[in-house]
Amino acid sequence: MPSITFIDSKGTSRVIDAEVGSTVMETAIRHKVPEIVAECGGACACATCHVYVDEAFMPIVGKPQAMEEDMLDFAYDVKPNSRLSCQIKVTAALDGLTITTPDRQG
Amino acid sequence: MSAAIETDVVIIGAGPVGLFAVFELGLLDIKCHLIDILPMAGGQCAELYPEKPIYDIPGHPTVTGQGLVDRLLEQSEPFKPTFHYGEMVEAIEVLGDGSAPLFRLRTDIGKTITCKAVVIAAGGGSFQPKKPPIPGIEAYEGTSVHYAVRKMEAFRDKHVVVVGGGDSALDWTLNLQPLAKRMTLVHRRDDFRAAPHSVNAMRDLVASGQMDLAIGQITGLDGADGHLSAVDLKGADSSVSRIACERLIPFFGLTMKLGPIANWGLNLTENLVAVDTEKFETSTPGIFAIGDINSYPGKLKLILSGFHEGALAAQRIHRYVYPEKRLTFQYTTSSTSLQRKLGVA
Repeated sequence: MPSITFIDSKGTSRVIDAEVGSTVMETAIRHKVPEIVAECGGACACATCHVYVDEAFMPIVGKPQAMEEDMLDFAYDVKPNSRLSCQIKVTAALDGLTITTPDRQG
Repeated sequence: MSAAIETDVVIIGAGPVGLFAVFELGLLDIKCHLIDILPMAGGQCAELYPEKPIYDIPGHPTVTGQGLVDRLLEQSEPFKPTFHYGEMVEAIEVLGDGSAPLFRLRTDIGKTITCKAVVIAAGGGSFQPKKPPIPGIEAYEGTSVHYAVRKMEAFRDKHVVVVGGGDSALDWTLNLQPLAKRMTLVHRRDDFRAAPHSVNAMRDLVASGQMDLAIGQITGLDGADGHLSAVDLKGADSSVSRIACERLIPFFGLTMKLGPIANWGLNLTENLVAVDTEKFETSTPGIFAIGDINSYPGKLKLILSGFHEGALAAQRIHRYVYPEKRLTFQYTTSSTSLQRKLGVA
């Protein structure tokens, strides 16, 4: 299983084995990773699963689609590597990915 | 101003679960008032995902959030519920006791409603405007920083900065631009969700020099004694510039907060209202919680779970509203009396 490291805003990191086919958000919620709220449950209808993707992985993870880009308007401190974690599907290629969470989600 | 209202049941939250509770209570001759902070029925379905399909409503292979709300409104219509939109229940006063509950609710505009049972169907809590993470913004809220426009006159001859890229941001930019001394719209990217005609109208005003558009995010505020004088804008290239600003109106959408429910003396589990699974009653007899807001072992946050919870809560509520009557279980398919209530027999 691909392993994903979540680093929270205080610098604490958690390494989690993610299931291929689930999303990064689902992985985080299932393992009680803090700072990811996912108010809408993964419908890309809020912006409370906002994360920063490790720059090195940006080419693999890719850029947000138009709908996600719209929702990112509601997120805080959006950066070029900002994504909504409910829209990132876990694949084998994401093994070793590092995700950083912002200190607030609205 | 306060109006005193008396009814059987107050349902807090007019989302799908609250609306179906009207139906289940209505079949038992129980009258309902619904209170919701949003200006319309539907809760998250209407506010967060009106256009998105839902695939797990029994009997509806696919239905949009708004489609489901419209059908639930139609289904509860025979029971003539009263809706109080744009209001939030602030306080619940317990007047009765466990054998004969009675409550007095007060909303944020001072309306009071007396009822025999309360059903909290508040989903994720009440929708409130999101606040941008700008240090010290609280000091300016209500004086220079506003999350909604109540009186347009308050913005006349002021340097106004609107933040956001949706319809609210664009509509208020266009409405306030003629009044403002100078209008600046700030958005994090040069691409807008708002209706194309308002985006075009805004771009025309920018092109003719009648307002400014700034791409970036606001990082700091400058002012004194609650009166703002300027904001700092971090552009896409990370350069910081300063914009004169006496009124800041951020439109960052809505978020859900448990809000006043936390102060009603109910047992909570991780910010959710703890209930039993027989009646979905809280630790206060006569106050029930159904849908996403409640918590019990095995809880699933599905709309269909909320429907089930409402039906079971209604059985117990009947005992509080009609203590002298025995409740006979009936089916809508066969009971003429239920069909009469629905207006189909």
